Amino acid sequence: MLQDKDRIFRNLYGFEAPDLAAAKKRGVWDGTKAIIARGHEAIIDEVKQSGLRGRGGAGFPTGVKWGFMPKNEDVPHYLVVNADESEPGTCKDRDILRFDPHVLIEGALVASFAMRAHTAFIYVRGEFIRERQALLRAVDEARAVRLIGPNNIHGWDFDIIVHHGAGAYICGEETAMLESLEGKKGQPRMKPPFPAACGVYGCPTTVNNVESIAVTPTILRRGADWFASFGRPGNTGTKIFSISGHVNKPCNVEESMGISLRELIEKHAGGVRGGWDNLLAVIPGGASTPLIPKAVCDGAIMDFDGLRDAGSSFGTAAVMVMDASADVVKTIARLAHFYHHESCGQCTPCREGTGWMMRLLDRLAVGDARVEEIDILQQLTEQVEGHTICALGDAAAWPIQGLIRHFRPELERRIAARQAEAAE
Amino acid sequence: MKRHLYHEQPDSFAFSEDNLARVNAEIAKYPGGRQASAVIAALWIGQEQEGWVTRPMIEAVAALLAMPDIRVLEVATFYTMFRLAPAGKHVIQVCTCVPCCLNGSDDIVKACKKHIAETPHTVSADGQLSWEEVECLGACVNAPVVQVDADTFEDLTPEQAEKIIAAIRRGESPAPGPQNGRHASEPAKDKV
Repeated sequence: MLQDKDRIFRNLYGFEAPDLAAAKKRGVWDGTKAIIARGHEAIIDEVKQSGLRGRGGAGFPTGVKWGFMPKNEDVPHYLVVNADESEPGTCKDRDILRFDPHVLIEGALVASFAMRAHTAFIYVRGEFIRERQALLRAVDEARAVRLIGPNNIHGWDFDIIVHHGAGAYICGEETAMLESLEGKKGQPRMKPPFPAACGVYGCPTTVNNVESIAVTPTILRRGADWFASFGRPGNTGTKIFSISGHVNKPCNVEESMGISLRELIEKHAGGVRGGWDNLLAVIPGGASTPLIPKAVCDGAIMDFDGLRDAGSSFGTAAVMVMDASADVVKTIARLAHFYHHESCGQCTPCREGTGWMMRLLDRLAVGDARVEEIDILQQLTEQVEGHTICALGDAAAWPIQGLIRHFRPELERRIAARQAEAAE
Repeated sequence: MKRHLYHEQPDSFAFSEDNLARVNAEIAKYPGGRQASAVIAALWIGQEQEGWVTRPMIEAVAALLAMPDIRVLEVATFYTMFRLAPAGKHVIQVCTCVPCCLNGSDDIVKACKKHIAETPHTVSADGQLSWEEVECLGACVNAPVVQVDADTFEDLTPEQAEKIIAAIRRGESPAPGPQNGRHASEPAKDKV
């Protein structure tokens, strides 16, 4: 179990104040100037060595991403911090924004300096109104004592623009976020060009998740080796897990990567309701990751490679637990509604496919279908997957594929039961 | 999601003096010539003022930001937090996505149907409230959750939801956050 001394987020639960004085007591803004003095490349190298992989879901190595930014400064460079946390099950960034915003602000300064950016946008989802207010207060505090802003004490002109959305999951996709920042509909862009070449306002831009940015100052203070000492090679560090659903004590918790799913749930979330044997399935990494049934949960390791090996994905480490009382088909049908609602409408396979999948799943949930339609649904997911500009189409397909993979007998049972009922 | 402007529209719209200053402050945050970046903020402030987004508001925002009307209309219809029809003075937004659904959000919806209106987006008889189902509100370890204006009410039972609805209807401001004694997203304490 991760010890308190190794926690990056010391105020995750908000038992202490979020303001600057309290944040400084927790070690935030300690020696930031010395970190900046190491230079752009040294910071990027240290983050690369730490093995930090993006915390927003895709798990791309953060230091490598930073290295894609051009070295010259002919045009402005931008950092965009993705605080559009909307992946169902995920509520970690919310606690950073409202309880420890200075960790994020310091991280934004360090990351921006590393990438030669003088401006960072923090894109906060529209629903997070109190969280945005907390962040704005912290930004004002930092500016007032010249930790950031023009002519600040760190010697790198830097400011933060807090931007907000208005209810669109798709804006969490990095290029949709850039469109939204520019004042447009949040419809993803084709890649290439990648944001590092052509991002917001056509300038070099890097988009990082809140947690990825917030952990970097601590990595730089305590060293890449310290961070890499947690977890397994290629899956290093600590991570905030969100554990929701049918557990006795749902919570957010910062833990070491590579913890077993069972230990995570039993040590921190009070165990599955009714005990581990009452477990039906877990969606291990946010809504877009395929569910895993109990037999797979037994040995599941909570990191990128561990969940890939389990046939799912680590995503945002948002663990949604279903006990034996859960209606697994209805749950996945609910997710299908979510993706249908949130499809931006740009690509036909996703715009139309999410609706078809949703309607078919609604019927399967009550057994009102033919057995062949399970195969049709599987084909449908494959026609959406990989045929869209962004990953929303994939994200809509994968949970359904997971359902068919692991719960096909349940789908068939419902169809048979309905037919038997009709025959009576 | 297809979303259209409401069939009845007011004749005009103007930002109040204070709100115009707020919009101008938003525009000033962005680099010169990039005032379109403030479009979400401008519509948001307009919605706060009027309760919903109207066609004259869209045209006023377009003029203010030097954008074609259609670009602002696109934004207003794309982002689902913009209300395109008159709503209650307070809107009860019930999260029904997976973690909330697993923890009983269906019963919260029932409470809204009983105490506000049978259908979503329908203003209650007294004009005070309307309700709607929303996608994930991002407070999943505190499910089930509803958001009213800026605040979330978390770890709800249907009875607590009913009490909160009643209190808001009376014009009170019930204490937001977890309703089960928790402080935030920490694991609940063992019952003694």
